[in-house]
Amino acid sequence: MATVWKLDRRDFLKAGAVGISGLTLGFYLPDERPWVDVPASFQPNAFLRIDTDGTVTIWVAKVEMGQGVRTALPMIIADELDADWNTVRVVPADAHPAKYGSQMTVGSRSVRGGAWPTLRRAGASAREMLVAAAAARWGVAAAQCRTERGRVFHDPSGRELSYGDLTQAAAALPIPEEPRLKDPSEFRLIGKPMRQLDTPDKVTGKATFGIDVRVPHMLFATVVHCPVFGGSVKQFDAGRARAIPGVKDVVQVSQGVAVVAENTWAAFQGAKALRITWDPGEFSMSSQEISSSFAQLAQQQGAVARNEGDVEAALRRAAKRIHATYEVPYLAHATMEPMNCTADVRPDRCEIWAPTQNPQGTQSAAAQLTGLPVERVTVHVPYVGCGLGRRSRTDFVQDAVETSMKIGAPVQVVWTREEDMQHDWYRPATYNVFEGGVDTSGRVTTWKLRIVAPPIVGRGPRRGPGVDGASVDGAADMAYGIPNVFIDYCRSPVPVPTGHWRSVGPSQNTFIVESFMDELAHAAGRDPVELRRELLRGHPRLRHVLDVAAERSGWGTPLPAGRARGVALVENKGGLVAEVAEVSLDEGRVRVHRVTCAADFGQIVNPTTVDAQVVGSVVTGLSAALYGEITIEGGRVTQSNFDDYPLLRMGEMPEVDVHIIHSTEDPGGVGEPAVPPIAPAVTNALFALTGVRLRRLPIRMDGRAIPIGGAGSAQ
Amino acid sequence: MARITLHINGRDRTVDVPSDMPLLWVIRDVLGLTGTKYGCGMAQCGACTVHLDEQPIRSCVTPVSTVGRGRITTIEGISRDGSHPIQQAWILEDVPQCGYCQSGQIMSAAALLEHNPDPSDADIDAAMSGNICRCGTYDRTRRAIHRAVREG
Repeated sequence: MATVWKLDRRDFLKAGAVGISGLTLGFYLPDERPWVDVPASFQPNAFLRIDTDGTVTIWVAKVEMGQGVRTALPMIIADELDADWNTVRVVPADAHPAKYGSQMTVGSRSVRGGAWPTLRRAGASAREMLVAAAAARWGVAAAQCRTERGRVFHDPSGRELSYGDLTQAAAALPIPEEPRLKDPSEFRLIGKPMRQLDTPDKVTGKATFGIDVRVPHMLFATVVHCPVFGGSVKQFDAGRARAIPGVKDVVQVSQGVAVVAENTWAAFQGAKALRITWDPGEFSMSSQEISSSFAQLAQQQGAVARNEGDVEAALRRAAKRIHATYEVPYLAHATMEPMNCTADVRPDRCEIWAPTQNPQGTQSAAAQLTGLPVERVTVHVPYVGCGLGRRSRTDFVQDAVETSMKIGAPVQVVWTREEDMQHDWYRPATYNVFEGGVDTSGRVTTWKLRIVAPPIVGRGPRRGPGVDGASVDGAADMAYGIPNVFIDYCRSPVPVPTGHWRSVGPSQNTFIVESFMDELAHAAGRDPVELRRELLRGHPRLRHVLDVAAERSGWGTPLPAGRARGVALVENKGGLVAEVAEVSLDEGRVRVHRVTCAADFGQIVNPTTVDAQVVGSVVTGLSAALYGEITIEGGRVTQSNFDDYPLLRMGEMPEVDVHIIHSTEDPGGVGEPAVPPIAPAVTNALFALTGVRLRRLPIRMDGRAIPIGGAGSAQ
Repeated sequence: MARITLHINGRDRTVDVPSDMPLLWVIRDVLGLTGTKYGCGMAQCGACTVHLDEQPIRSCVTPVSTVGRGRITTIEGISRDGSHPIQQAWILEDVPQCGYCQSGQIMSAAALLEHNPDPSDADIDAAMSGNICRCGTYDRTRRAIHRAVREG
């Protein structure tokens, strides 16, 4: 097995206690909980335990933030185990440095990559041990036994035993090193649509999110951070804040000033009443100045990300040369649950409840801040109200840990929406210069691209000189077969904190790549689908995805007057996705009526949540394309709440037709790959409708009316 | 500070809070009913939606002193066991993703059906457009509302 953690007694006892609570997170007791031993149970690895009554407890080490892992990951184990799904109980795992492998829940990696083989082996090895135990009891060959729904059968003699009857005997057996994994044709759960196990708790208000954690004697707090990036607290006057009813304390922490109160509202009121003098530091740029600095950088040679053929010679020979500049803005994550964390730091231990995508990073950050050894830091992961990449950071954990240390009490720090919006790790703004060439027969010969962007690593240590991989992802690895390609990257030092935003590099690069491909198609007088098909000759899997999207969308068939289609595709994080958007304009307002989405994710686990992830990705991408823009003024973020950072609402929801291509290839990522194509699919459709080429996001006409059905010039 | 008796989920609960404290924080931090969520604090997102006399309100901008003796219903009070037709339809359509906005969505949808037993898509858009879902569950939300009409 990739990961088998040898359990010590404490782990075992703890497992038992957690197992009792089952699916419901409920009310967390901070410590000294009565460890309940589970006699005679069978726990062959860190991920599962079978009790004598047949109950199968499965620990989910990845974070549930809407992608459905608390159902999908247990399905993988339960399938290989041949468990009875009705006896499965799911428990979110606390952070552990090594027991489960990486718990970081990013990059659409909950299933793909290590988890897929690890969880399958976890289930399969347990199944083999149960079979061996039954075969030994019956005195028959293991090969004569089969398993189904939590029971071992010996058909020749008509005997059967439940897993619960075999726990003690199985526990005494060696763990098989290479258990036989199922052939995909044998899957009973994987690939079948299953309702999510946590839905009942989420429709009754019982699901405990980070902000819902309640610990005895805990206080509530909020932290005010310097509005200017890189600034710090010079001094503050807490007099008026302390006068607010319910405010208990005001303390300085590394990242700002914390107001501690009897309830969140009092803390928020106290924060408003604070008088803080900031040292704003050196950063004072505006979005306009940032864009100009990018344009200036674009004059310089960058670090080479891809170089094939001879771009300059090919451009000289090209029948048509097309030049275009594309820009995208900073984006906030704007998760529905604002950043928050609950911490209880004591002299000898620390307990944390963090809605995080990074349980282990939370644990090590808290250990560092408190000086406690990692094993004295317990991190519970409640439900997470959207992640989108924001919660891979630990800044909000730091606020809670430091506040608890200062006041000597358990405390829940909740950021206001405004703090959340203005202290994000933003999807970077970028500036991109293209040059392309097509020959006399309409073939694309040349693709030259310079990407100017701050690296996607944020305030932490920068990478060395060269290419920031995340910043060119989705461009440097594009699948199109073009003979002459040159892509380089210019690193901008603008210090606005940047981070991973759902789909990361392709969230901006698919927009520019797929838009420019459309420009080349137009220049070459080619149909955008037909040209892409030609360039995907060497990539039949992606070409098939494109074909399905084109066919299901009715590409090439007539539309009602005033409507047009646009297409875009991406290969990203192991997922292959093509989208066709059907749009119209209603008095200058963009309407997206229908999105046809074809996707090949390899083997999928739960079609119910895969469909939801694709539709949700379209919504995330469409919100960004239509509205998403964080602007900077005087070194600080201008936007502060959903009134000036709008998100897509019900009335704007297009019909989304999802077509998942059947595959038994290893699983690819699902949560992100459908985000990037929607923006260019929509802007390409708008070009087809109006002749206006949109080279900036969000989609905006800059006061210029779009001629409906007209053929205006680009940009 | 004011001593206020609220009629919430069929019970009287007396609280001692500032009169301008939004109902949301009284519900969450004083009464401990955490199903109702904070999202924006300015009636933009709908995560805090509860019913006041069967009407959906944004509790984050409703001062507790303005509620009077009105009947407040939160997600915890809409049914004892998740059996409300909207909740059942939500389960059958597997609506939630992260789930954070869902209490608010359900309260808005339940209020819609209370007043309009067979809403059109346009009615649904109008009633639900005050509730943001960052995960993008709008299509299933719509299906679930139609299902609740059919099966409720």
